[in-house]
Amino acid sequence: MTTAMLTTAPITADWRDFLALTKPRVMTLVVFTGLCGLLAAPGHIHPVLAFTAILCIALGAGAAATLNQWYEVDVDAKMKRTANRPLPAGRMDREAALHFGVGLSFFSVILMGMATNWLAAAVLAVSILFYVFVYTIWLKPRTAQNIVIGGAAGAFPPVIGWAAVTGDVTALPIALFMLIFFWTPPHFWALALFVKTDYAAAGIPMLPVVSGEVATRRQIWFYTAIMAVAAMAPVLLHLTGLLYGTVALLGTLLFAVFAFQVYRRRENDPSKMGPERRLFKYSILYLFLLFGAVVVDRWLLA
Amino acid sequence: MTPDEEKLIRARQKSRALVTGLILAALVILFYAITMAKIGASSAI
Repeated sequence: MTTAMLTTAPITADWRDFLALTKPRVMTLVVFTGLCGLLAAPGHIHPVLAFTAILCIALGAGAAATLNQWYEVDVDAKMKRTANRPLPAGRMDREAALHFGVGLSFFSVILMGMATNWLAAAVLAVSILFYVFVYTIWLKPRTAQNIVIGGAAGAFPPVIGWAAVTGDVTALPIALFMLIFFWTPPHFWALALFVKTDYAAAGIPMLPVVSGEVATRRQIWFYTAIMAVAAMAPVLLHLTGLLYGTVALLGTLLFAVFAFQVYRRRENDPSKMGPERRLFKYSILYLFLLFGAVVVDRWLLA
Repeated sequence: MTPDEEKLIRARQKSRALVTGLILAALVILFYAITMAKIGASSAI
């Protein structure tokens, strides 16, 4: 424990620590997919209201990340990657983080409801609650399949963006939800393969720790196959056109090649995990490409 | 509390107050813009 945690005086945290709690880097993908859902939706939304909707999605994601770290101080303190976060490092009171997270949650949901509509606000509220209660508190410490169900929280942004414009949720936003949902396991487990030692030390049941590395590689491949179906669904259902179809087909083929290489390998040394790192990095690019393609495609159709 | 610690805390409080002020100012502008957008949308119908 650091000396800061032993003092009785309240800690005055730097404002940068509050910003760090919201995990701005993770937010990038959330904001991007939310924006794509908003841009792909039919109809018109005032640019100011569109900006507000995206801001609310970002604030909601920040709130969820904050509450996640409020709950996981002990776990974060045990992992090299997370030990220097504001709470485990003792730079901030736990209570300050809780107040900040809860306040940000309410603010983002209420602002979303007033600026756009209450369906978008409701889905935003569900995504925050899902991330905090279902993922962080319930599933993450209990099952190695934690991120499969928990990944749903990260899949909500395009649905929220869409609902902010149209006030409804139709087949395309659900298809985009499914794409992120089934993309999350291969994306995250590729990471878990090369940071395995950290999770093991913190006692979090990550798949490589609980079921072994071979099982993880098999499951990465398994979920990649389902993800491929989800990626092609918008074309097959005639929700998007050929442009998205081409990008999705080529992008998914490359994803499958990388995932297959990871599936076939037997390597335990994290320093030799080149293909695993490549799959992880490519998976982020992949999501950007496909979501970008959905937007361009919908604009061409319209 | 040593003078150095107090100095550090005062500096943090000051920067927090400044950032909070800037965020509040930004929200005032945003809420004004949202109001204008909403009024514009309803008067166009």
